Amino acid sequence: MQQLLTTFLTGLTLGMVYAAFALALVLIWRSTRIVNFAQAPMAMITTYVALVIVDAGMSYWIGFAAALLSGLVLGAVIERVVIRPVEGKPEINAIILTLGLFVVIHAVAAIIFGSGFRSFPAPFGLRGFEAGGVTIALTGFAVFTICSVAVVMLLLVALFQHTDIGLKMRASAFNQEVSRMLGVKVTRMLTLGWALAAVVGSLSGLLIAGGSLVSPSYMDSVVVYGFVAAVLGGLDSPGGAVVGGLLLGVSLSFVSGYVGSDLVALASLAILIVVLLVRPAGLFSHATARRV
Amino acid sequence: MSRVAFGSLIGHLRRTPLRRNLIGGLIGLVVVILVLESVSPFRQGQFATMAYLGIAVGGLTVLTGLNGQLSLGHGALMAVGAYTAALMLHDVDKPLPLPVVMLLSVLVTVVVGAVVGVAAARLHGPYIAGATLALAVAMPGIASFFGDNLGGEQGLSVSTPEAPGWFADAVYFLTAHDVTGTKYLAYVGWIGLIISFVLLANLSASRVGRTWRAVRDDEAAAELAGINVGRARVKAFVVSAACAGLAGGVMAMVVRIAAPSGFPLTLSLSLLTAVVLGGLGSLFGALIGAALLTFLPQAVTGLGQSLGLGDLQSAQLAPLVYGLTLVLVILLAPAGLVGTIRNAWRRRQSPDTAPIHPQQEAMQ
Amino acid sequence: MLDIRDLTTSFGPVKALDGVTFTAPKGKITAVLGANGAGKTTLLRTVSGLIRPDRGSVHLDGQDLARMPAEKMPGLGLAHVPEGRGVITELTVEENLRLGGLGRADRSRPADFDRVYSIFPLLNDRRNAIAHVLSGGERQMLVIGRALMAEPKVLLLDEPSLGLAPRAVAQIFELVRGLAESEGLTVVLVEQNARSALSIADIGVVLNLGRLVAQDEATALAADEKLRHAYLGF
Repeated sequence: MQQLLTTFLTGLTLGMVYAAFALALVLIWRSTRIVNFAQAPMAMITTYVALVIVDAGMSYWIGFAAALLSGLVLGAVIERVVIRPVEGKPEINAIILTLGLFVVIHAVAAIIFGSGFRSFPAPFGLRGFEAGGVTIALTGFAVFTICSVAVVMLLLVALFQHTDIGLKMRASAFNQEVSRMLGVKVTRMLTLGWALAAVVGSLSGLLIAGGSLVSPSYMDSVVVYGFVAAVLGGLDSPGGAVVGGLLLGVSLSFVSGYVGSDLVALASLAILIVVLLVRPAGLFSHATARRV
Repeated sequence: MSRVAFGSLIGHLRRTPLRRNLIGGLIGLVVVILVLESVSPFRQGQFATMAYLGIAVGGLTVLTGLNGQLSLGHGALMAVGAYTAALMLHDVDKPLPLPVVMLLSVLVTVVVGAVVGVAAARLHGPYIAGATLALAVAMPGIASFFGDNLGGEQGLSVSTPEAPGWFADAVYFLTAHDVTGTKYLAYVGWIGLIISFVLLANLSASRVGRTWRAVRDDEAAAELAGINVGRARVKAFVVSAACAGLAGGVMAMVVRIAAPSGFPLTLSLSLLTAVVLGGLGSLFGALIGAALLTFLPQAVTGLGQSLGLGDLQSAQLAPLVYGLTLVLVILLAPAGLVGTIRNAWRRRQSPDTAPIHPQQEAMQ
Repeated sequence: MLDIRDLTTSFGPVKALDGVTFTAPKGKITAVLGANGAGKTTLLRTVSGLIRPDRGSVHLDGQDLARMPAEKMPGLGLAHVPEGRGVITELTVEENLRLGGLGRADRSRPADFDRVYSIFPLLNDRRNAIAHVLSGGERQMLVIGRALMAEPKVLLLDEPSLGLAPRAVAQIFELVRGLAESEGLTVVLVEQNARSALSIADIGVVLNLGRLVAQDEATALAADEKLRHAYLGF
């Protein structure tokens, strides 16, 4: 019983992080029809920014803020400089481009920060709470993880549903030409979308790293989980990405706890294939007629 | 024989793709022998590496360039081939003959490739990229999970088979040199490469190849023309997987081990780099790409060291160059990648130039 | 008043517009007529900045709009309702309207919504519905309402009758007529259906293969049998 609860809570925490990462992928997919595989190393390198700041003796929170801020800048710069030329081109171009970025950022991180593992601090305890003599697998950091992702999601909802700029971003994502006719500076909205996505990606990078080890490739599997979560939700829907992330997190946690942690990535592959073959437009879609 | 008859015979041979490719293959073999016999053992080792990378890149070139499918999971398929070979060459007194080992590597990988291919055939663009990326990330975990049989993190060591007597005799007869272990592996790799490239070139010139290109260019039109699109895509994936399996088998012998760390995600991405670099769709380009994967790391690492970078940092310069190459090729080909491929194919299919593959290139 | 002079646009070697010159007077409806491929839609897209012209000018209140980017047009008083309507179907009715009000220089007020809702009471009933569920006629009302949110001086309407039932067409046309008369809106109406367009327009211009072949009072054009047979198909 306790193991069941532990597995579930661990999965829920991880699921929140996958949800955040999936959300970052969905934000970009919605506006530019590109799956940003480079999201993983982008999040990785911003986490290193935080690590450098923390190692220099400054507070965790300064590092945290700096990582998110550098994510914002990195996302905007990458969209402007590298992605802009392939928007609207054959999709294979964008895929290869993001993979190229993937390799470049990896190599740059390894050259600057070394390719070995380094430990990354956590701002809250990593021991489970005790309740009536039983330790619950919910750590202080897990609570922080869940809360911070929830806060970011609420902020995004507020932005998209209740502000003019959010409305313009959504309009640009759905119909670029009509948005332009209505006076929306679409290119600026796309840049902003990439920047915001990179911030959310950076957050998930920080949360995966907390109290654990980082290396240039520590986010590589997360991009797979984030992608699977996003596809579970239909790749187009932010809400779907969140539900997909939680479902995947819990499922993979059970695979890890009851089958073997080595098979987690394989399980995610299996889930991905089944979803794509059975419900290609995502678990929550009504229409299934979509090319995947 | 009169000159006219001789000319028409050559003309006839050049006209049928199979014979043309076979002649090209033979010429390629001669070139391989000449090169391998004249370089140092260190270079022979590098050429062995180039051979297995070339086989894998050739297979991926056919998949991506001819059929338009992207795979980020070919490193994982190489792992299947490598582990198959390793299981047969690990701690056995009397190993199976090498051709049998290679053939089994290919067969096992073909089975895995068919499963992946059936799933991938229904996917497009980012979905197929994501699924094969997941495959690349998942593969090392499988080796760890079945640690009892597959050696876990340490992997399986491979005892490299000796060159059989008849092979050593044949090489000695031709070149008056003995066959060392490294040179034997280089020969095995290059013979494998030549065989697979001749087959790939034939396939690409055949009806099957035309079907693949039709599917790549316009799926709807291909379907209207009566092509079973799904089957064509699975076939292409299986052929490509067979190459990856052979490459993995050779790799296991060359690096003498099959371990999860040998098949990182970067391997798959490097293969893709070689394909893109080689110009997507040409086997000759695939060979160039494989050569770059083999020889570039050493060159740029040396460059990095001379610029004052540490060893570990310099080692990262090669992937940096790969990644930048991918980015730059995409950004600087304004017609778009697909357009570039199409232009290249159109040029190639004009009547005065025969299909280019390495052997053909050597002839011209 | 929208003053178009010598407007020329080409797609590669093909001239889609060739020296088109006419004036759409304030408070009047100017119908742009012609067969398929005559350059009608290209004309509107060039005027609204979606396509860059080779040469020529488009003056609105003394300012040349030609070669200005499309996203500046709403702020300059020009609204374009594209062919196929251009409702953003993923947004709600009210969000579409809000979006329409964002392009203008000053912020839109609740009064602007009230005005649009009073013109189109149907939209008021469905303000929180996703635009996807609207019928063709409702969508046409929504895009015109959305264009009005920016309080434009010039309204470019591309094929508003396309795919609508005759009654809906009559309703839309009547509404446009009213807007021109009561608010002094300059309307440029592109129509395939020349007969019904001329019935509400004040002025008609006829395009053929990118060139202006006729321009006159709408009633005069409708009376010109030769012209009707040659270019207007009725």
